[in-house]
Amino acid sequence: MTDAARGAGLAGTVPVLIPGILRSYTAGADRIDLALPVAAGEGAPTVGAVLGALDVRCPGLRFRIVDEQGRIRPHIKIFCAGDLVRDLGAPVPPGAELMLVGALSGG
Amino acid sequence: MPDATKGRPTRRGTGGVRLLIATRKGLWTLTGDAARRSWKLAGPHFLGHIVHHAVADPRDGRTILAAARTGHLGPTIFRSGDRGRTWREAAVPPAFAPGSGRSVDHTFWLTPGHASEAGTWYAGTSPQGLFRSTDGGATWTGVEGFNGHPQRKAWCGGDQDGTPDGAKLHSILVDPRDPKHLYIGMSSGGIFESVDGGADWRPLNAGVSANFMPDPDPEFGHDPHCVRLHPEQPDRLYHQNHCGIYRLDRPERRWLDIGAAMPKSVGAIGFPLVLHPHDPDTLWVFPMDGSDVWPRVSPGGKPAVYRSTNGGRSWQRQATGLPAAQAWWTVKRQAMTADQKPTVGVYFGTTSGELWASRDEGRTWRCLARHLPHIYAVEVG
Repeated sequence: MTDAARGAGLAGTVPVLIPGILRSYTAGADRIDLALPVAAGEGAPTVGAVLGALDVRCPGLRFRIVDEQGRIRPHIKIFCAGDLVRDLGAPVPPGAELMLVGALSGG
Repeated sequence: MPDATKGRPTRRGTGGVRLLIATRKGLWTLTGDAARRSWKLAGPHFLGHIVHHAVADPRDGRTILAAARTGHLGPTIFRSGDRGRTWREAAVPPAFAPGSGRSVDHTFWLTPGHASEAGTWYAGTSPQGLFRSTDGGATWTGVEGFNGHPQRKAWCGGDQDGTPDGAKLHSILVDPRDPKHLYIGMSSGGIFESVDGGADWRPLNAGVSANFMPDPDPEFGHDPHCVRLHPEQPDRLYHQNHCGIYRLDRPERRWLDIGAAMPKSVGAIGFPLVLHPHDPDTLWVFPMDGSDVWPRVSPGGKPAVYRSTNGGRSWQRQATGLPAAQAWWTVKRQAMTADQKPTVGVYFGTTSGELWASRDEGRTWRCLARHLPHIYAVEVG
């Protein structure tokens, strides 16, 4: 196991950190480790693929944070290995952690 | 058309009354005894969720749907099959077609379908979209006859052209004689009618003022706030508009301005309009100040309901029990309703979180709840 994988989760899995506003979909879990099958010759999974797998595990979660046109909703931020994700096509490199955040929203 | 008596059942039972109070911070219920004297507040359900509308299904007496979103999260529908004890989320909430470029910001309005179509519901969204469920609200599909209509964009304008809280499709009405005969209202866009189950639509706005448009009498582009169809006389419609109050008796297609009979000092501007369930000539409105910059509060800070018992030819002020001064209330379009009792109870909720009730058809008023969040909708259920 690499150091990166040891820190972030099992090799071949993508850890997704779940904010409080979405834990009704995860039975209260603040982290979901997703095993994503990667076909031989394919590169890293995309953020969209990870969210797709997350929605299979936690039905309904994806639509609360991504609209029907594939756009990240206005008050949601997604970080991949600490970098802000602006496009669901962005790759999730090996060992990276996906962090979902409910950003600023008015009263 | 089939017999009107086969339409949605009216409930004149001797039991109590329960109100579903949808607010900006969750859903509450307020349950009254048979005399409507003693009331008990319960909740919240979905604390922190913005609940735009919660509606009970009169066809089965058990199902409730609630349209919700939060400040961060996208829109969804919650469903209860046991009068609100337990809830499940819709598997497929209302959403526009992929590739359309449009996304639902929130579901604003819910309407149970025709009595002959158990499990069918309609939803209106912001921006303007029409959706249908045939499985009790579990999965929703767009009514493409409207959402994909070649004229839709002309009717609605851009998705940003609408009320300050977003353009809305509301007032989805189903003719109790014919499940294929539908009406919708849009802010903005106007009132539209379909006679083929939503496959095609045409404007129904003749006679309605649109004084915010270059052409004051356009075919569409109006701002109806709340449209109602009388359940026992479905050819009679009323609506509270941005520019006044109107009545339409089908097959006539030109609305009659019945707001003109309101006192000039009060005006004919407001959001909700409520019908007497058994008397097509009786209705209630809650006027708000529509002068200069549109304060949208009770005129002069003196709230009053206005009732007409003759189809809008004249109006009577009903304010006994309401504050006499310094009450700057706003009542939103879904936040006023009536029960089905022989002497009808009328209810409204304010954006300042008060729930007021009259159990004598508006003659006297009493506050049933205070300190709730901003109230969006009040429905009997």
